[in-house]
Amino acid sequence: MTYIRPKFRHPDLKTNDLGYTKTVYEGSLSTLCAGCGHDSISAAIVQSCFELAIQPHRLAKLSGIGCSSKTPAYFLSQSHGFNSVHGRMPSVATGSNLANKELIYFGVSGDGDTASIGMGQFVHVIRRNLNMVYIVMNNGCYGLTKGQDSATADEGSKSKSGSVNMFNAIDLPSLALELGAGFVAQSFSGDKAQLIPLIKAAIKHPGFAIINVISPCVTFNNNPGSTKSYDYVREHIELTSTVDFVPFQEEITTSYEAGAEQDITLHDGSHLQLHKLESEWNPEDRMSAITALQKTKINGEILTGLIFIEPESKDLHHVLNTVDIPLNQLTAKELCPGSVALEELNAELR
Amino acid sequence: MSDRSKINNFVVRFANVNGTGSASANLLFAKAIFRMGIFVTPKNIFPSNIQGLPTWYDVRVSEQGYLGRRAGVDLMVCVNPQSMKNDVNSVKPGGYFVYDCTKGINPEFIRDDINYIGVPLMEMCIREYQDPRQRQLFKNIIYVGALSALLNIEMEVLADLLAEQFQGKEKLIAPNIKAIEMGRQYIFDHYEYPLEISLERRDLVGDSIMMDGNSACGLGAIYAGATVASWYPITPSTSVVEAFTDYAKKYRVDPVTGKNLFAIVQAEDELSAIGMAIGANWNGSRAFTATSGPGVSLMSEFLGLAYFAEIPLVLIDVQRSGPSTGMPTRTQQSDIIASAYASHGDTKHALVFPSTPTECFEMTAEAFELAEFFQTPIIMLTDLDLGMNDHVCAPLKWDDSKPMNRGKVLNAEELDKVEKWGRYLDVDGDGVPYRTYPGTHPTKGSYFTRGTSRDEFATYTEDSDAYVRNMKRLELKWETMKSRVPAPEFLQDKNENDYGIIYFGTSIYAAKEAIDILADDDLHFDAMRIRSFPFNQDVDDFINAHKKVFLIEQNRDAQMKSILVNELQINPKDIISVLNYDGMPITADHIVETIKSKINNEVKLVS
Repeated sequence: MTYIRPKFRHPDLKTNDLGYTKTVYEGSLSTLCAGCGHDSISAAIVQSCFELAIQPHRLAKLSGIGCSSKTPAYFLSQSHGFNSVHGRMPSVATGSNLANKELIYFGVSGDGDTASIGMGQFVHVIRRNLNMVYIVMNNGCYGLTKGQDSATADEGSKSKSGSVNMFNAIDLPSLALELGAGFVAQSFSGDKAQLIPLIKAAIKHPGFAIINVISPCVTFNNNPGSTKSYDYVREHIELTSTVDFVPFQEEITTSYEAGAEQDITLHDGSHLQLHKLESEWNPEDRMSAITALQKTKINGEILTGLIFIEPESKDLHHVLNTVDIPLNQLTAKELCPGSVALEELNAELR
Repeated sequence: MSDRSKINNFVVRFANVNGTGSASANLLFAKAIFRMGIFVTPKNIFPSNIQGLPTWYDVRVSEQGYLGRRAGVDLMVCVNPQSMKNDVNSVKPGGYFVYDCTKGINPEFIRDDINYIGVPLMEMCIREYQDPRQRQLFKNIIYVGALSALLNIEMEVLADLLAEQFQGKEKLIAPNIKAIEMGRQYIFDHYEYPLEISLERRDLVGDSIMMDGNSACGLGAIYAGATVASWYPITPSTSVVEAFTDYAKKYRVDPVTGKNLFAIVQAEDELSAIGMAIGANWNGSRAFTATSGPGVSLMSEFLGLAYFAEIPLVLIDVQRSGPSTGMPTRTQQSDIIASAYASHGDTKHALVFPSTPTECFEMTAEAFELAEFFQTPIIMLTDLDLGMNDHVCAPLKWDDSKPMNRGKVLNAEELDKVEKWGRYLDVDGDGVPYRTYPGTHPTKGSYFTRGTSRDEFATYTEDSDAYVRNMKRLELKWETMKSRVPAPEFLQDKNENDYGIIYFGTSIYAAKEAIDILADDDLHFDAMRIRSFPFNQDVDDFINAHKKVFLIEQNRDAQMKSILVNELQINPKDIISVLNYDGMPITADHIVETIKSKINNEVKLVS
């Protein structure tokens, strides 16, 4: 079977600051099921990168294995991609990032890839504060192997086959907060208006940024009784806030009533404008973020939006004190001590 | 004094308690002999323990330059009451037993065929030093002093070594010299010296150096331009990355900014360690990881990805005794099959086998060149004996004029010139395609890396023909590699005998000595040292040129034989295994005995 994307483009398509149309940011045609939440997320990624005018070749997209991990093929075809091993994307991303600190590292993972087989690498990449975007396309089930429960399936949630999950769900945003992540957000694949500013902010964040996106599996987990179906999620969303991403060169135009608005300046001078809907929550206070998450969880709700941000984040390169020039650009001249130094070393070893 | 064969030709064993600071005193002893121009082989025989268990340090001295282990102890220095009974029994008849006589000796430990030399180490320490830690440390130095008198080590040599060791901590020199002199004086006052086994200054070692293989690997990675090291600690490979770290701090810190031209990450496990190395190599940095057998098992999945996705990688496997946790602090060459065919599906990996620290240095550097040229993992199989013991070896050399070859990588200008680039397209007919680093060109050269089947242009496909074409190209690449990996080394210029001996890695020392011993008995062999896998034509030719070959391996299952038979279609009966897998480095005597018994039995029957 061959999928052919129509080549026709409207001549008046909008261009971004690089003069690129959105099509430049697209990938090959998705082979996921029609209506899959993941495709909406891919579309949001395309839109975000287009709006931010990212040079596609300066971004590397990485993933593990699973439905979600297939998606990097469906966006940014001008970017290098790496579909690695199940649950091991964080380590590949870490090595890549160490080699060249100048690129944007965009990781995509799923709930199996992150919360089960990849849990070890997930927690450690957070601990190291690798400068990357980590999107979890979270549908609570294993799609590619036909619908088994994943570790993020809620206790009591019913799968399409009718079995009820008996185990506690791993809550990835809570875990990320606990581990010290500097950017934690949660969203819903069906809410592009919220997702796009979050992705943009995550890209701009100078450290590890996770967005846990509830992304219903239309084929295996969109049935009544599932807590990750489109209907259930729509009915149980609890917003932290509405979010606007304002690039640093643009003027802030949106305005909210006093008291409910919070403006966060990001590392590069751009802004996140939050219209807070939850009065006790402060996105720059980890404790209140944890509390807000726990509260909604107890109520069976899903808290979405920006949950926590630490705008001044020190990433792994900072900790390792690496040189400013990317390591992959250093040459033998800088790297090899040469024969004279070796002679001195030989003398010390005699 | 009359027996010349006992001059510069003996084995000293130190029986210590782990964690008591004996290692540096014992190294001082070995290094002093090296400085006297005599060949010496120290071997640390240590438990999987940090403090309290018995540990031994064997020092073989050899006028002829035999650097393999030799069984049988001529002089035992016993400072560990726990192991004293066994230590007494391991001394050869006529040998010497040096012990701490502060509390006398258990009459059960008295043998009438060895000589006892008591030195009241504890009493001397208690009298001289107040601090308990000092008493412990100087006890070690006092016995080195006593040995220097017994074996004729030059005092000036010891003084020089101590001065070098405590450079920057000069006030420690005098007390150490004093401890040496206390030991010497005690021997002068109480015993005849030197012993029949003793040392005489020579000029045998030339410009040799003394180094351990792991340090040499770490240094090789520095010289090769490795910028990323990701690892998970595991004995006996830990000191590879530790050495890399030390050398990086010495050579790779920008003097102006104080920033590092390297990144070293201790990963959460071996899976992550190799994943990081793969990610960095994919992105154009030379990166490596080091591990041991259990780590190779854990890394196998990723090795398959790197093979199939064609990503360079250098993996240094410092082998130890397996299987499972095995004997973690004992040596073996038992990861050959696990490494050669690591991972599921049709995978195979290039291996290199260094024999000396010099070769650890050279081959590590070469491994990066090979890995990048062939875009595949190169696994270096060293072992605990080579990695963690000091070896007298040739000095390290580096050719500054030889450029770093990063392999077939297209830059932006080159991409502009190429009409249609395919990541997995074999343009040169050698099976090696051209790759690009991420971020090279705004519109050209991007591709999707995956462990799943794809066509020549890196497009995902499940088309059988495309899959088979790719697998065949990988096979062609493997064929190309055969003439590029390190060639075998031959002892002779041309074959002269019916039988051959093959060895690899650290068996070199014992094998060469065994060949000399066998020649003395008029048993002559041609000899070849395998240095890499895939095997090149010379390996095949050598085996075919002999009626039979003896293959020396330090594992139970004759793993090298298995892959020789498998890859070269050799008749298994033409390879006779000489195996050693007790965790101790193989000895020449073991090889000689095995070969002689096989000649008397198997070989005669069939020839």
